[in-house]
Amino acid sequence: MGHNHKHSEPLSDTALRAKTLESLLVEKGLVDPATLDALVDRYENKVGPRNGAAVIARAWCDPDYKARLLADASAAIAELGYSGAQGEELLAKENSDSIHNVVVCTLCSCYPWPVLGLPPVWYKSAPYRSRVVREPRKVLQEFGTDIASDVEVRVWDSTAETRYLVIPQRPKGTEGMSEDALADLVSRDSMIGVTRALDVSDAGAR
Amino acid sequence: MSEMNAALLDMPIPHDAEGPVFDEPWQAQAFAMTVQMSEAGHFSWRDWADTFGAEIATATKEGRGCGNENYYLCWLAALEKILADKDILSTEVQKSRKEEWRHANEHTEHGKPVELGS
Repeated sequence: MGHNHKHSEPLSDTALRAKTLESLLVEKGLVDPATLDALVDRYENKVGPRNGAAVIARAWCDPDYKARLLADASAAIAELGYSGAQGEELLAKENSDSIHNVVVCTLCSCYPWPVLGLPPVWYKSAPYRSRVVREPRKVLQEFGTDIASDVEVRVWDSTAETRYLVIPQRPKGTEGMSEDALADLVSRDSMIGVTRALDVSDAGAR
Repeated sequence: MSEMNAALLDMPIPHDAEGPVFDEPWQAQAFAMTVQMSEAGHFSWRDWADTFGAEIATATKEGRGCGNENYYLCWLAALEKILADKDILSTEVQKSRKEEWRHANEHTEHGKPVELGS
């Protein structure tokens, strides 16, 4: 523009596209601005990996709860007040001395929102999505996780209908710890399966 | 409407220890509109994942498959597409409204929220 008025910082073309959709959908009564705000607040501030950590800590302490989590994870997380809105089924996959589970969405970024919030950038990236299927052990190594050769690595590909939550192994030396303290050992990445749960000493150093 | 737009424009983007959920307000807007439209039954999450996945696949082939910005650009493009495909907002309607926003954006005084129709 060849004139000299003072303008606000121009909105990007992308921001204008988002405003376009929003203004049209609001006018048609298809979205409600207050609900949009509430959704954003929910995913920015309320839903996140601390939900999943509480679920895992409960499963470590309560064998009956773990059995319910493995049998019907959607119902088990609902016991703690967490639920999904996309109608997806949640499956819990337990790590053991012989099996290590890791989760990906090769198509896009399907992810268990109610327990982990929205996915991290690396989970959404093309290299992770393609490589963890082809060479899971190498990818896990890059996350600092060495998996012994006699441990089977299982890669679970999420879909719109099915999401996965990994139950990491309970770290050694945590007998008698409270559920709250245990939850601090459960990182987001350990519930995706790219790392293990933190050791007590790691958690102290955080 | 204008009040809401201003609110979204000024919305602080919280950071947590694991990084911001959204880098920019438009990403949050696109996300929230999609969730609300799907929850209201205007399209299934399955249809959404297919449309979004196709955008991601194209972007990945073109070397744009990394980072939050690229991710939400795919998200926004997929939302535009699914709204057109489901006859909710035609491409023409989207294009003409965007022109109005572009015009308003260029003619808004510094420090004032951008609004339509005044």
